[in-house]
Amino acid sequence: MPAFLENLLWVIGTLVACAIVAWIFRFCLRLIPATWAKPFNDMPLTASFGLLVVILYAVVSLLAPIIAPFGEREIVDAEYLPWDTTYILGTDNLGRDMLSRLLYGAQNTVGIAFLTTGIAFIAGAVPGLLAATLGGWVDQALSRTVDVLMAIPPLIFALLLLTIVGTSITNMVIVIALIEATRVYRLARAVAAGVVVMDYIEAAKLRGEGLVWLIGREILPNTAAPLVAEFGLRFCFVILLISALSFLGLGIQPPTADWGSMVRDNATLITFGDITPLLPAAAIALLTVAVNFVVDWMLHRASGLKE
Amino acid sequence: MSAVWQMTASRVALGLLTLFIISLIIFGALELLPGDLAEEILGQSATPETVAAFRKELGLDLPAHVRYFDWLGGAAIGDFGNSLANGRPVSELIAARLGNTLFLAVYAALIAVPLSLMLGILAALYRNSLYDRFVNVFTLTSISFPEFFVAYILIYWLAQSGLFPSMSNISPDMGLFERLYRGFLPALTLTLVVTAHMMRMTRAAIINLLASPYIEMARLKGLRPSRIILQHALPNALAPIINVIALNLAYLITGVVVVEVVFVYPGMGQLMVDSVAKRDVTVVQACALIFALAYVALNLLADILSTLSNPRLVHRR
Repeated sequence: MPAFLENLLWVIGTLVACAIVAWIFRFCLRLIPATWAKPFNDMPLTASFGLLVVILYAVVSLLAPIIAPFGEREIVDAEYLPWDTTYILGTDNLGRDMLSRLLYGAQNTVGIAFLTTGIAFIAGAVPGLLAATLGGWVDQALSRTVDVLMAIPPLIFALLLLTIVGTSITNMVIVIALIEATRVYRLARAVAAGVVVMDYIEAAKLRGEGLVWLIGREILPNTAAPLVAEFGLRFCFVILLISALSFLGLGIQPPTADWGSMVRDNATLITFGDITPLLPAAAIALLTVAVNFVVDWMLHRASGLKE
Repeated sequence: MSAVWQMTASRVALGLLTLFIISLIIFGALELLPGDLAEEILGQSATPETVAAFRKELGLDLPAHVRYFDWLGGAAIGDFGNSLANGRPVSELIAARLGNTLFLAVYAALIAVPLSLMLGILAALYRNSLYDRFVNVFTLTSISFPEFFVAYILIYWLAQSGLFPSMSNISPDMGLFERLYRGFLPALTLTLVVTAHMMRMTRAAIINLLASPYIEMARLKGLRPSRIILQHALPNALAPIINVIALNLAYLITGVVVVEVVFVYPGMGQLMVDSVAKRDVTVVQACALIFALAYVALNLLADILSTLSNPRLVHRR
């Protein structure tokens, strides 16, 4: 099994390299003046690795047009070329540069996922906070609706809605945002329900504060930590759902570079022993793992500060 | 005993109500479409005559509630109408594929459930050891992998060398072993996707109990750690474990869609994805209803079983 051992060595080597990079990054973070660097003192290596990866993705997605050697949709050479010096990761099924599309994919996939999560958050958190604050029939009506919507498996629901409205990026964003908003609503309502029974809310109500003040100045700051963590987790679910749909050919449509559809288009290469099509999938996996690591640390910190 | 039956009956009734509302959503989503399904599907170039003929064929000229009860009544006896794309009865399209999908889901569950229970119990037994930490990082990682990534890694490692086929094109005339062999990679993919979550929860459920007084007592009696966990902690951790198993089996239903497409497995998931692309509404509605039925049924089963596993709830005074 020399091939297997070689693979194993690669995996171990990569893990060690990641740990070293994460350690250096954490060391650099701690050089920032004390008041700012405080949270980084107790940061585990996994979290610093996650943070580094998230920052890296953000930079790449913003600078994609500058870094990418070729255009997103530009056909540069023959199909399925192997890795070489001109086309660092070879070319894809239509002869487009793989590396360039991977970089542009960061912009498209991550950007669309971020936008979708943002919409889902506003559409879920606002009614959730409202339901918890107002209670009564508003709460009942919203909660029962969400209960029913959540009883349908998300991917199946997305497929059903996409059949009806047709497949396009806008439709997909709206459909996924709607589905994920139900999950956000659940959490926002549950967390806020614990806050509204506090004495300071009662005091604010007796002072005669309005609903907007109550939610914006009293409830929101006290529910921020779990909501921010939820944003990270939701983002992971959204990017997995979007890439699953794109992989099935129902999400982001070609010729837009997107990681899910890139795997689908080049999948035949895998059976020939070429790992290039795995790279976009690995890019998704790396990002979701990184976000999970950061969220894990944030949740730990949030719970530690409360004690 | 009657209290248990009463509770079970009320849960089943609630489940049926949920299903009824889901069927309303699946049917009603179509009604929310601005304009008309006929116009939407036939496109702008269709003449008014073809649109009218198409509407009549679908029964779109009848009021919504009549169509809904027709559809639901048909669905209850397995008649979902005809496919819009090729005119064949939907039940005919689904029949063979439903069996294949169930086969795959059961196959995956038979590997995943014992495996994750075993790994979870071991992680609880050797908690905070190197093994536990490794398993922890491994599961956190595999939870965040897209299904198709896991599937293609398996193809790269196991199918490329010719060990297993990368396409699981099974057919009804194959023997059981042939089916098991061809379905191995999809089943393994599904196993990897759900095992992580199940074993994490098993570990958490058992460790939660380890602080209880009776575990302390067992430890003071000098029992072996494996005996404490298997005989004292495990029976009390059953309720959350059953719950998480059922939830993950329900999750298998969603995972099966992507995995079937990767391995070209002739199941319901693939049929549904093809039909979404063709906007074959009747087939998609039928698939959605069946998937939702399985999802609700599994959740209901979890609810009932976890109550039954708790003697305090069964023999309530």
